[in-house]
Amino acid sequence: MIEVTNCNLAYVQGTTSVKIYNDFNLTIETGESLVLIGPSGCGKSTLLYLLVGLLRPTGGEITIGGEPLKKARQQTAIILQEYGLFPWLNVEQNVRLGLKVRHQPKRVYQSLVDEIIHKMGLADVCHHFPSQLSGGQKQRVALARALTLKPDLLLMDEPLSALDALTRERLQELLLEIWQEERLTTVLVTHSIEEAVYLGSRILVLKNGRPTEIVGEIHNPQVGQKGYRQTSDFFQKATYIRSLLEGGTAE
Amino acid sequence: MKQGQDNVRKQFLGYLGAGLFLLALWQYGAWALKTPLLPTPGAAIRATLRLLHGDLGAHLWISTYRVLASTLISLCLGLPLGLVMGFEKKIDRFLAPLIYLLYPIPKIVFLPLILLLLGLGDQSKIFLITLIVFFQILVTTRDAVRKIPSETISSLRSLGGNRGQIYRYVLLPASLPDVLTSLRLSMGTAIAVLFFAESFATTKGLGYFIMDAWSRAAPDEMFAGIIMMAILGVGLFIIVDLLETLLCRWQHVNNHN
Repeated sequence: MIEVTNCNLAYVQGTTSVKIYNDFNLTIETGESLVLIGPSGCGKSTLLYLLVGLLRPTGGEITIGGEPLKKARQQTAIILQEYGLFPWLNVEQNVRLGLKVRHQPKRVYQSLVDEIIHKMGLADVCHHFPSQLSGGQKQRVALARALTLKPDLLLMDEPLSALDALTRERLQELLLEIWQEERLTTVLVTHSIEEAVYLGSRILVLKNGRPTEIVGEIHNPQVGQKGYRQTSDFFQKATYIRSLLEGGTAE
Repeated sequence: MKQGQDNVRKQFLGYLGAGLFLLALWQYGAWALKTPLLPTPGAAIRATLRLLHGDLGAHLWISTYRVLASTLISLCLGLPLGLVMGFEKKIDRFLAPLIYLLYPIPKIVFLPLILLLLGLGDQSKIFLITLIVFFQILVTTRDAVRKIPSETISSLRSLGGNRGQIYRYVLLPASLPDVLTSLRLSMGTAIAVLFFAESFATTKGLGYFIMDAWSRAAPDEMFAGIIMMAILGVGLFIIVDLLETLLCRWQHVNNHN
């Protein structure tokens, strides 16, 4: 379980201090797939940076599994916007970099790297550089690299936003599969209402403005069911989220 | 693979053609000017071959050693310092004004002083060239590091990378193409400075060889020295080019469309 308690974060702009988070509270249950949706600049990505330990809150506390988050945690993986791949490394080198910087011996990780590259359908391009890949392939590499770390918490910052509709749907399926197979806790940030309802077992709608506020919470237990995308329940939830984003009031 | 060989052959033919064109131009110039000051390429090449049996090879070696040594020293000092200044804002804030003031000063004017302090041997030449090339590499590396998007650094941090690994896996590879470009450009400067430094109070090196032949009014020997200087320049240029192809393979692949 992840607990964000009375969290504060501010940045200084000129002479004033702008609060992004002011006494912000959030609980994420183990194994849930939490989706954060909201307009640009509402602090969604910042929350991921806090959860992965790249940013420190100026006040309050974040605990993961009861442990206070002091520095980057080994079992947390994050997929940043624009995939975060290194252009000078080929696919295989990109995928294994996480293990390499963690000083794992090559003989231990090579079979894992090979297995994940195969699973992600990247075997044919494993010697290609990122500039030679399509958007969908780049996203698979980023996902593969995250999975090699055997995370129990996977954070994703708009992972599918730059992809065409079909690739996007295919990767949404893949993310669902991974979430169900690996029993990960995932936190995904997105702009897309439809993606939020398709991937989130719980969806938080954030408000535009400073500090960040949660304006709606939607429980979505049907997530992952076959054909969910075509059901009326799916559409109802999507419509409800849209109304929240447009500034309407909750039911 | 076959396409690669074809490319190499095409490139080779291109260079051969350019070389022949320059020789033809030289030949034409020699014929047109009809002055003993400009020997024909044939005469110059014959003199070169003859002198190579003498001490021309030793002069070439000395000059090559001086340029290579100073370039390597510049790289060993300028690259790490450039990486640090590009990444560590506090250090940069302290050092940047110093670099800013020192960089545009023409270091070559210190040659007399350097000769007095370090003597007439290799040290003074290597020091002067290093002084000039070092700044070029330092400034290029620092600017290359500043261009790296912060997301790329965050990406390595998020994988658990520490500060040393950021240097090793992000800053160094990301700045390498720019560093090699600046190295290639510095080669021209380094050889020009070398010539100047070797034409004073010394008896070794191609610069001395050329000026000595000039003072003895032996234009074919002077051109033998010039040919060697050209070969040194082109040779170093090719080495840097090969290094770039080898170390920055990601820059030379066909992009996805």
